[in-house]
Amino acid sequence: MGRAGSLHVVDSLWPSLEPLLDQVQRPARYIGGEEGARPAERGPGKVAWLLCYPDSYEVGLPNQGLQILYEILNERPDAVAERAYAPWMDLEALMRRDGLPLFSVDTHRAAGDFDVLAFNLSSELVYTNVLNLIDLAGVAVRAADRTGDDLLVGAGGHCAFNPEPLADFVDFFVLGDGEEVVGEITEAVAGHRAGGRREVLGALAGVDGVYVPAAYAVTHHGPSTRVTPRWPEAPETVEKRTIASLGDWPYPKRQLVPLTEVVHDRLNVEVFRGCTRGCRFCQAGMITRPVRERPAAQVRTMIADGLQRTGYDEVALTSLSTADFSGIEELVADTVGPADGAGGAGCPAVTVSLPSLRVDAFTVGLAAQLQRARRTGLTFAPEAGSWRLRQVINKLISSDDLEAAVEGAYSQGWRRVKLYFLVGLPTETDEDVLGIAALARRCVELGRRHVRGASVTVSVGGFVPKPQTPFQWFGQNTVAELRRKLALLADDLRRDRNVKLKWHDPEATLVEGLASRGDRRLGTVIEEVWRAGGTFQEWSEHFDYDLWLDAMGRHGLSVEDYAYRHRDAGETLPWDHLSAGLHKDFLWQDWQDALAESGLEDCRWTPCYDCGACTGYGIEHIVASAVPPAGGSQGTGQGVLQPGPVPVRLRAAAPLAGVS
Amino acid sequence: MRVRLRWTKQGRIRFCGHRDSARIWERAVRRAELPVSYSQGFTPRPRISFGLALATGQESDAEYLDVDLRLSPEETAGLVPDLPARLTAALPDGMAVTAARPLVSGAASLQEAVTSCTWEFALAGADRGLAADWVERVRAAESLPLQRERKGRSITSDVRPAVGGLRLTDASSESVLVAELGTKPRAVRPAEFLRLTAPPLPAGRVRRLHQWIMRDGERYEPLAPQAGVLEPAGGAPVAAGCRAAPAAQPEVCAR
Repeated sequence: MGRAGSLHVVDSLWPSLEPLLDQVQRPARYIGGEEGARPAERGPGKVAWLLCYPDSYEVGLPNQGLQILYEILNERPDAVAERAYAPWMDLEALMRRDGLPLFSVDTHRAAGDFDVLAFNLSSELVYTNVLNLIDLAGVAVRAADRTGDDLLVGAGGHCAFNPEPLADFVDFFVLGDGEEVVGEITEAVAGHRAGGRREVLGALAGVDGVYVPAAYAVTHHGPSTRVTPRWPEAPETVEKRTIASLGDWPYPKRQLVPLTEVVHDRLNVEVFRGCTRGCRFCQAGMITRPVRERPAAQVRTMIADGLQRTGYDEVALTSLSTADFSGIEELVADTVGPADGAGGAGCPAVTVSLPSLRVDAFTVGLAAQLQRARRTGLTFAPEAGSWRLRQVINKLISSDDLEAAVEGAYSQGWRRVKLYFLVGLPTETDEDVLGIAALARRCVELGRRHVRGASVTVSVGGFVPKPQTPFQWFGQNTVAELRRKLALLADDLRRDRNVKLKWHDPEATLVEGLASRGDRRLGTVIEEVWRAGGTFQEWSEHFDYDLWLDAMGRHGLSVEDYAYRHRDAGETLPWDHLSAGLHKDFLWQDWQDALAESGLEDCRWTPCYDCGACTGYGIEHIVASAVPPAGGSQGTGQGVLQPGPVPVRLRAAAPLAGVS
Repeated sequence: MRVRLRWTKQGRIRFCGHRDSARIWERAVRRAELPVSYSQGFTPRPRISFGLALATGQESDAEYLDVDLRLSPEETAGLVPDLPARLTAALPDGMAVTAARPLVSGAASLQEAVTSCTWEFALAGADRGLAADWVERVRAAESLPLQRERKGRSITSDVRPAVGGLRLTDASSESVLVAELGTKPRAVRPAEFLRLTAPPLPAGRVRRLHQWIMRDGERYEPLAPQAGVLEPAGGAPVAAGCRAAPAAQPEVCAR
């Protein structure tokens, strides 16, 4: 069985681990052996990476970023990469009892057998898990206490754009796309490790896109936090990395197929990266600019090869807004297959899921193609309940767009659509909140024209202002205010049996907000919550609000300062030394435009606003179609039947959508 | 046409549960590009019927499943010899197809047909003498009451008639117990078996060695002609990779 290679037998923890697996829930998540998992052989001088997703296997395995870097590193002659995930609490307890460290699921080697432990940071609520996993790996949790050959701890992902709350625990952060920079990091580690830890960290600080917190000093001046270089190798501003062309990186080539059920258990093909719709609340859209479409022919090859290789019958076309992909309708039609099924008579069609859909680009034609296979859930994200507020957040979809998309779905046989909203947005009034209910009722009404029992699920999240966005200056709504708004909404919908309301816990929203815009002082709070047992905080059954409040209080840090306070123009923010390419004055202007209820066009199809993301890095959009690819008003806020040029600014506030 | 497969589940893959195995099989038939029939409805699934579920953590030398192919009897006969190699290549390490045979139409399903399974228990850390005593007590027992929950009610039944073929051997480091446990009317589970008489035997690795169909006083494996599988023309032995069912072992079967 799996103990191939005598080299691995020596170092594998498997013999100690196997007896424990009979005693834990879902043991298959610890065995590895996924189709596509083939870490490279170890070799002298190779840098060994342990890529770790700081949540359970079921959540972490599908992460495409981690899988992409896993393949790229294993293709390099100077690196090997394996994977680790957070062991669930039952196994962790047994591991700690028996003195077993964090292990890779590939060869079950101990984390200590690697050179670099690298985390993917997708959410602030995993920070306590990161500390727990560093500890479980067998090294000091604080970076300053690690010495000599101890693991180098790295992290990347969206949260790295304000990494200060984790700065005391992580040796280096990576900003932006990882495809190229992981190779440069490998070379820096290999080339300098003989010189000791300080030399390696210095070399890493000199790699573009890499931030080494130890190389910087932090000073506080009133509300401002300044992070300035104290090592000669460290640049004043760390700029993110951006790959110029997605077509040069057709990864993952061998997507991992797990042996046990995970979330998003299907083939995933990334059709483009970056988004320039310009939604002001959306950190992903701001930090991943510009738009880089994958060539359509490559997308088709990746789908065809991927389905054959994995045996999946479902493919997700991923991006931040997949309906915007040039030629999306033909792509979906061809993927679903010929009318009588892809494999001939009796063989079902391939299911295509589009995880993020803008209503203004979702057409009846697209719905008709999708429904030929199994109908997966359709989620639209109007985000706000009124046109006024959608202008504030620059989600420029008209009520006509929304109604056309929703009706399109019902007319093609969907019985339920899901609508996603945020509450706690800047300038939000109770009228805006109640607009959510009105919109949901309107959708049910439209659905009844086509299907019996049409229903709508309304999912409401609390808004958390994110770094590197125009809303980074906004004071987050208090827990009490979010609760009041949710109660208002729930009360208004209490008689609507066809509208199902779901919402996120406002207390978790607050904690996410603390970490989102936190500074280095928040590190002690995270450490205390972890030491008090507060792991898996993104799992509602394990989230513990009191642990966070108590730790904040003990260190004299106020929730008001970190989350609820509006920042002003002159304030130096804790992440101002890190850049996603966006000029701070562009972001500030966009914030002022938001307050003036003024929208901003998508620059993919209109002139450049010089946000900085393209011009600063000498790159540009790669978009196959010079015009918006699908129907709808395409974020112009104009009527769907009015093609042609659109105004750059939309000053006039239209009537509230769906609110009488 | 329906085809019956025998397959193994050995090593780390034993930690995948029944549901996981079913998903692995659905992907494997697509990877192997088998012309499988699909169910109708909103979520078409390949028509695969699994036999008796194997609990998470247990290994098996003899799992069975029936799969419906969109092929004529002649086409099926042509494909069957290739199936073990073709499907094994599409399955993860530890899972392998060891035999494949077409089924006559109307053959009893595995769930209906299988009447007993032979199990092997590695008695981790059990004292050899205690284990021998335990086996003697079970052999000598007139009745073996087993209390089980059914629909929220506790029901006690005598499972003595369903227990047989006890054989205790010494492997290099631990004792190994083999037993044949009946599946009708309700299967005696391996974990229940070890608790049949106090003190219970300590549970270690469990492996299913065989599944049996007992009919008219004769016992045969689900790939035997009596189970409804079609013999290849010319009476050739069972397809590649198949181990012929062991001849009846009087010692094992003695009750």
